[in-house]
Amino acid sequence: MSTTHLGMPGLPPPAHPAFPPFPEAAHDAVRDERLRGNLRHATTTIRAKRAHAVAELEDWQRLREAGKRIKDHTLRHLDRYLVQLEEAVTAAGGTVHWALDAAEANRIVTDLVKATGEHEVVKVKSMATQEIGLNEALEAEGIRAYETDLAELIVQLGKDRPSHILVPAIHRNRGEIRDIFRTQMAAWGRPAPDDLSDTPAELAEAARLHLREKFLRAKVGVSGANFMVAETGTLVVVESEGNGRMCLTLPDTLISVVGIEKILPTWRDLEVFLQTLPRSSTAERMNPYTSMWTGTTDGDGPRDFHLVLLDNGRTDTLADDVGRQALRCIRCSACLNVCPVYERAGGHAYGSVYPGPIGAILSPQLRGTHSDIDASLPYASSLCGACYDVCPVAIDIPEVLVHLRERVVQGGEVTREGNKVVLKPAKGHGGERAAMRAARWAFSHPAVLRGGQRLASRTRRLHPRTLPGPGRAWTGTRDLPEAPAEPFRDWWQRTHGGEEDDK
Amino acid sequence: MSGRDRILGRVRRALAGAPEDDTPYEQAVPRDYDRRHGERSTAETVDLLAENLVDYRAVVHRCDLAGLPALIAHLLGERDSTGVLVPPGLDASWLSATAVAQVADRADATPHELDRVDSVVTGCAVAIAETGTIVLDGSADQGRRRITLVPDHHICVVRVPDQVVSSVPEALERLVPARPLTWISGPSATSDIELDRVEGVHGPRTLEVVLVSGA
Repeated sequence: MSTTHLGMPGLPPPAHPAFPPFPEAAHDAVRDERLRGNLRHATTTIRAKRAHAVAELEDWQRLREAGKRIKDHTLRHLDRYLVQLEEAVTAAGGTVHWALDAAEANRIVTDLVKATGEHEVVKVKSMATQEIGLNEALEAEGIRAYETDLAELIVQLGKDRPSHILVPAIHRNRGEIRDIFRTQMAAWGRPAPDDLSDTPAELAEAARLHLREKFLRAKVGVSGANFMVAETGTLVVVESEGNGRMCLTLPDTLISVVGIEKILPTWRDLEVFLQTLPRSSTAERMNPYTSMWTGTTDGDGPRDFHLVLLDNGRTDTLADDVGRQALRCIRCSACLNVCPVYERAGGHAYGSVYPGPIGAILSPQLRGTHSDIDASLPYASSLCGACYDVCPVAIDIPEVLVHLRERVVQGGEVTREGNKVVLKPAKGHGGERAAMRAARWAFSHPAVLRGGQRLASRTRRLHPRTLPGPGRAWTGTRDLPEAPAEPFRDWWQRTHGGEEDDK
Repeated sequence: MSGRDRILGRVRRALAGAPEDDTPYEQAVPRDYDRRHGERSTAETVDLLAENLVDYRAVVHRCDLAGLPALIAHLLGERDSTGVLVPPGLDASWLSATAVAQVADRADATPHELDRVDSVVTGCAVAIAETGTIVLDGSADQGRRRITLVPDHHICVVRVPDQVVSSVPEALERLVPARPLTWISGPSATSDIELDRVEGVHGPRTLEVVLVSGA
């Protein structure tokens, strides 16, 4: 279990708590054997399956390029497509609301729920509503929000935080899930059976029975959306369990909170993403259920449909010509599943509903880099590039990470809440600036590098595990690697020296 | 200023420095990906649909139109269904051989009432071979979305080969966006416990697809 949980036990965590910086949070997580075991098991399983699902499509790279270009084009003309979407949704019987930030979005949704006279809502898993802390905002107004996705239910019942985009309870194994169901379900509704075992089928059955009574009586549903089609006003939700279908079709009122970047220009564009998203996320040819709706339909589904378009830092991200590619993200979570840092540190260490590589570039852009956690996130990576390779919309995550590191270390002009501001260099990165400068110098002076490496090898028995003086900050969060007995250059010279010239 | 104007203003300012781009949308995106994957005869496409449906734990049956009523009666009987929901425009002959009580879907039927019905029989709008997907569009032979959601047993009739396409792009071409659409690939499932797929959560836990020829 993660030790980074904040807030009073028994209360949901605040929407934007003061998270410790990534290295501190990860420090504890990597020592949690069970957490690492759960994550290793889950990510290893999905990695192999995803590779297989992607290999079935020989045009994968062309689909990926098309996806990237559709998103880039949309972002370039986002104002136009937002207006077009609003017109189409309105013409189809929906109502469109615009929310500049989390507080506005929460107020809009709370008012809409209150207007129905209801005191509970059923929710489809949605990153946007997690991002704005909607459940907590509703709770404060006396409205109970029931999460209905199985993993979200596990998180909600366990008074926990999500740790993965697709499977928020990925840090829990089956035994832990059984314990949570046994001890917590009764407080929220139908209790778990006394003899509940830890087989996934039985756990899924317990969730089915627990949630069914809530679905059948629900009057208000709250969702996000995977895609919104500007030309038709159609919203799309991709899911597996059927909880999405329940929330989208049974209630009288449906409220969807969606980030402004989720737009696609045309109906046809879905042909790209409905092929790349399921294979990237759950490694399936197609997910079990996809719902598409356009406004309201007489006699079928909710009579009232409200779309809340959410900015909350997205336009600030759009203003950064390197960083804006993060807005292409379709939340598949493939980058989490391949990331060596995520696999060891777990999702909680990222201090955001968006963990993993995409979170490391999205959170500091949506929230700014003024907090400890957001300033440290661009460093939560070894820049190995696996995230870029699997990304179905080709987001160059390493490029954005380096860009954001530069911003943290050197400061510079950024857009915050719609205004251009100049950031000062972050404090505490002085040693790093010096180290980066030194590295640049050494790499551009091969003789110096060679000499330093030999010196390091020959004195390796004398090396400490941590650095003294200004280097302490660096090694406070990293064990100093052992210097090899023989530098690579010497080994190469010795084993290949006669075959090739030393360039 | 309204939230709308402020957001649109921020978007325009954010894009003020971006390079001009007047490329018409039709030319902005390369569509050189495949319209379908591989070349198959019509029969092979139907076989692939069956194969992929089974792969995701749907139960597949085949028959001709004359054999359909008996097959449906057999499937309902096998499950000991006591009631079957009937969409308003379902071909009455399909249920002509079953003695199971037929429940017409009423506009004012509550979800609790639907929950007491064991099975539902529908047609479909289109089926996708490459992904093992059936798509419902709320036409009269399929009914409202909820009737294929709340009962635990869904029998979906696909007319082959007419309703079968190879790929996702071909399916989207056939569908009408303004209709409420439900894409179904196998019974309800979850991967939320250790990323391992388990069938059977909130939607129908048994999905039977009847591929009927000569319809």
